[in-house]
Amino acid sequence: MILLSFCILWEVVRLNLSDQQIDRYSRHIILSEVGPEGQEKLLNSKVLVIGTGGLGAPAAMFLAAAGVGTIGLVDGDVVELSNLQRQIIHQTKDVGKPKVISGKETILEMNPDINVFTYNDFATASNILDIIKDKDYDFIIDGTDNFSAKFLINDACVLAQKPFSHAGIIRFFGQLTTYIPNNNTPCYRCIFKEPPPEGAVPTCSEAGVLGVMGGVIGTLQATEAIKYLLNIGESLAGYILTYDAITMEFRKIKLNKNTKCGVCGVDPHIKTLVDYNKPSCSF
Amino acid sequence: MQIKVNGKLKRLESSVNILELLTIEQVKMPEMVSVEVNGEIVDREDFDKILIKENDIIEFLYFMGGGTIEFK
Repeated sequence: MILLSFCILWEVVRLNLSDQQIDRYSRHIILSEVGPEGQEKLLNSKVLVIGTGGLGAPAAMFLAAAGVGTIGLVDGDVVELSNLQRQIIHQTKDVGKPKVISGKETILEMNPDINVFTYNDFATASNILDIIKDKDYDFIIDGTDNFSAKFLINDACVLAQKPFSHAGIIRFFGQLTTYIPNNNTPCYRCIFKEPPPEGAVPTCSEAGVLGVMGGVIGTLQATEAIKYLLNIGESLAGYILTYDAITMEFRKIKLNKNTKCGVCGVDPHIKTLVDYNKPSCSF
Repeated sequence: MQIKVNGKLKRLESSVNILELLTIEQVKMPEMVSVEVNGEIVDREDFDKILIKENDIIEFLYFMGGGTIEFK
């Protein structure tokens, strides 16, 4: 265990953190922005990760390592060999296993100090609000790979007034933004009115993504969640952060709320959730 | 006319609308792009009506999934 200052030691004792927890989270505890109280906040926090793929895998792993006490994993898929190039929460031995089970095993092995709840199903209009309400999650991570799910998560979070991190990756590019309710924050639908027309979605032979893109962007999603839970720093609410791995450029672009937004604008027409058609694509 | 597109300065010989700018910038799939002009998202239906002005700051924001769909 590293040496802790007297003040931190006193807080640690007062908050009843165990010796193992003090040791495990010591690098957090010595950060003045976190401290023992912040670590206790994380241990009492609940984050839902929807999609345990390229984005959700690193996000869930860092949230677990950070000691976020309750993590929900949502995915109806099973692990395939082609996932392992980027979905680092799954191992070769997990091929064929439900992703939520594989994900739960990995993060509990890393940190048995937390609780993991699994939802072995794809998020749909009929189940997403129940899943969010199940443990009254404090923050939601959109780690999905398709536009129908992204619009569904956005609309569900806006209607349920839950903060969430949206992200997307493709080839060598990635982007993320954060929605915080009651904060005049633009939502995903403020930027993208509706899913792209099916005809506009090109063939899968043109697709691809560098494996580390999920690692970079998913880790930033976990960062946003942890900062929100600790109430520290500036979030990406009102901004979209883009990353180009070819030029190694990050850009933080200001976004304003779209008054005409169908779900969070001044006269929203979306009051209930719908499932959009999911463009099919498999390697 | 000088404008900024995705953070980079561009020179235009004449005034163009957003749809024409997407063509000039060689965006192959405009359906996969949202356009922000000076901080405001523009309705897709207005892409052919909104003229770009001197010093406009334009951002092309791309639909991005999870690595299974090409966008550009």
